[in-house]
Amino acid sequence: MSGGTETLLLSFTLNGTPVTVTVDVTERLLDVLRYRLGLTGTKEGCAEGECGACTVYLDGLPVDACLVPAYQVRQRGVTTIEALDPATLDTLLTEGATQCGACTPGVVMTARWIEEHPELLETHTLRELMAGNLCRCTGYDGIVDGVRRALDRRNAP
Amino acid sequence: MQRREGLAKLTGRERYVDDLVVEGCLWGATVRATVPRGRIEEIRFGEGFDWSAFVAVDHRDIPGPNVIALIERDQPVLAARDVRHVHEAVLLLAHPSRDTVRRAARAVQVVVDAEPAVLDFRVPPRPEQVQYGADNVLKHLHIEKGDVDRALADAPHVIEGVYETGAQEHVYLETQGMLAWFDGDVLVVKGSMQCPYYVLRALTHALARDERRVRVIQAPTGGGFGGKEEYPSTIALHTALLALKAGRPVKMIYDRGEDMAATTKRHPAWIRHRTGVDDDGGLLAQDIEVVIDGGAYVTLSPVVLSRAVIHAGGPYDCANVRIAGRAMLTNAVPFGAFRGFGAPQTQFATERHMDVIARALDMDPVDLRRRNLLRDGQTTSTGQIIRDGTDRVAVMERALVRSRYRERQAAHAAFNATHRTRRRGVGLATFYHGAGFTGSGEVTLRSVVHVAGWPDGRVEILSANIEMGQGTLTVFTQIAAARLGYVPDDIVVAEADTARVPDSGPTVASRTAMIVGRLIERACDDLRRQVGLDPDARGATVRAAIVRWHREHPGESLMGRSQYETPQDVSWDEQTYRGDAYGTFAWAAYVADVEVDLRTYATRVVDFTAVQEIGKVLHPTLARGQVQGGVVQGIGWALMEECRFEQGAMSNPQLTNYVIPTSDDVPPITVEFLENPYRHGAQGAKGLGELPIDGPAPAVLNAVAAATGADPRVIPLTPERLMALLESEIEAAPARAAGRGAA
Repeated sequence: MSGGTETLLLSFTLNGTPVTVTVDVTERLLDVLRYRLGLTGTKEGCAEGECGACTVYLDGLPVDACLVPAYQVRQRGVTTIEALDPATLDTLLTEGATQCGACTPGVVMTARWIEEHPELLETHTLRELMAGNLCRCTGYDGIVDGVRRALDRRNAP
Repeated sequence: MQRREGLAKLTGRERYVDDLVVEGCLWGATVRATVPRGRIEEIRFGEGFDWSAFVAVDHRDIPGPNVIALIERDQPVLAARDVRHVHEAVLLLAHPSRDTVRRAARAVQVVVDAEPAVLDFRVPPRPEQVQYGADNVLKHLHIEKGDVDRALADAPHVIEGVYETGAQEHVYLETQGMLAWFDGDVLVVKGSMQCPYYVLRALTHALARDERRVRVIQAPTGGGFGGKEEYPSTIALHTALLALKAGRPVKMIYDRGEDMAATTKRHPAWIRHRTGVDDDGGLLAQDIEVVIDGGAYVTLSPVVLSRAVIHAGGPYDCANVRIAGRAMLTNAVPFGAFRGFGAPQTQFATERHMDVIARALDMDPVDLRRRNLLRDGQTTSTGQIIRDGTDRVAVMERALVRSRYRERQAAHAAFNATHRTRRRGVGLATFYHGAGFTGSGEVTLRSVVHVAGWPDGRVEILSANIEMGQGTLTVFTQIAAARLGYVPDDIVVAEADTARVPDSGPTVASRTAMIVGRLIERACDDLRRQVGLDPDARGATVRAAIVRWHREHPGESLMGRSQYETPQDVSWDEQTYRGDAYGTFAWAAYVADVEVDLRTYATRVVDFTAVQEIGKVLHPTLARGQVQGGVVQGIGWALMEECRFEQGAMSNPQLTNYVIPTSDDVPPITVEFLENPYRHGAQGAKGLGELPIDGPAPAVLNAVAAATGADPRVIPLTPERLMALLESEIEAAPARAAGRGAA
């Protein structure tokens, strides 16, 4: 019951750079990123894998960092919102994809992953693919329109 | 212009309260009661923790009066003896480890001697349940126009209906959070909030500190929707009390479960209509009873009820109107501000009832509305003469055209005649929303805005109105830039810090762009006057004059000021509820197209069109986003968002079992704006933020009624509720047909 928990030394690759950090064995990846490494771009929305605000890539695949025990990222690659090039986010900005911003980093991570895997759109709609990221402000049109314009730009000859 | 803080949000660089790092900071947690009503007998600290390692605060640690100052001073900061709801805060803990303090809070047991609780606001209390006045009524309101009893007695048709709306959880994506620390002798509280001055007043009152020793700063706020109007005062007090006792900074961040369980929600409502109608559908009399569940303390319920009753008649002409409203105390967690503030509840009932009337008279719901929509020169229920020049019928007609309402209706009739398991229908709602504080509220607020001219010629807007996603930073910048002929980059918007900004009122009631925006314009004018310029001076001329002023007045500050002045043409009587309830209304007509699956009873909104007249659109992308977000929140309330209550508290406080719409649950929302500038609003703007949540629920349920022939009157219309309704109607159908034949 008491607070004294076991710790471990965790090494992984964060945004392309090797890091080593001491963590509690029960700690979530989300807490390690936010409170131990100071990468607060990744947000906690629900802490149970429903809202997608904490979406990061684990070895290139989007995951909810609130559901990943930190020890599982040992020797693996984690990519967070901080690694994304701001210059590529203009379509989301102009279409109104962000309002309050609390869901936004997660939305951006999913959106970018779709942009990089356009083959998904052969089997799923954009609205289906974005359904893992809850947004309470935009009603989703601004997000969907912003991603679609980014996709169109990638497809442009 | 782009959203000012947009890129910071897209890149995750925006720093919300939980992103702020403070050296030596402790984490706070709250111990709550476990029964809805009773007396605290004992607080037991469980085993397994070294309790000396914690800072603990209870009611005895509160320096001033143990109340959270709001309309009435009845809600304690921390319960001393009496418990009024399950999540009443009793004890606060702080510790360096967030994980430890959260576990510790669960290990403290509040032993309460239970007393009879009130858990159903619709039922009058038994004597032993009375906790407020003689009957638990927190507020009565009455609107009377004409002679309702006589008109009902003479009416050829009287149509009745009872409608109910459920609680709704805000689900702002950033949970409530606050940080408190000391800067010398000054207590600084920074966090997620809509109303810095509300928080300041709550702190100065309960902590018995004057305003010079308390400073409140709004941190970037991840959504509010009214949920961060009054509740932040509570968490700010809790965090501050811990910081006072610990002598160290304290941060308190609710997790989602605590946030959903312990903070405010939209007031549940029960609304009964009795409406006298002539053979052509003309409204002869409206007799409306409105009851809302206030929860355990007064909080904002009286003003929510006020907006509820004022909007209850709908945007229609009717000579005889009676609206009787009451807010009831129950032992539920207090209900509070939520986008729309009572108007969505009553307009759901009114707009559903219009379709019920149309069906009873065998009339087209469109014709019924066309017959009754307010024309210029006619009056609302409070006797406010509407004469703004907006053609409300044209707003509706535009929505019908834009949504292809008639084509859809015809196609659905053919579809429904042949399809075995699916039913399609379109539904309409015409409605309105009064912007700004009700009645004389803005006069009482007397909001003040400052606009500073900097030595380098730039201009800074100082107001207490905050950005929570709705676009305040952007729209304020735009308004000042347009007024002074500046480029947006030369306008700075000050952080909402009570040590620097004047009280420009709370960020609520769709008042920010319209009312505070107008104050910014006037403060800009004052600034220009102070540097000796004509009202039409702009751009480089203004800038040069500001720079020159500073050269001539070294070390002084240059400040344009404005304060709210009541428009000459507005008058309101708070005693009789007669007069101009709002300076202006925005008008709207929404059309929903739905498909119901008769196997699963799931309703899907497949198309949605929102047409509204909002004075002037200040920023098309932001305005569209407000409507789309509001509509989707309204669709959630209508169909899926169900707060289930046990012992007066939410039993499903998780996003896994309180379901809000995803991108895949809603269609693209088509938005169209009509403009008829309002002369007292910034650039002609009317309030917009709340309007879009008033219309979706009735439009969607009217569409379900059209699709299925059912008569749904309760939201959320979950599949379970629709199944029960359709099955009971199938059973009742033969009897009803027989009854009709007999008549």
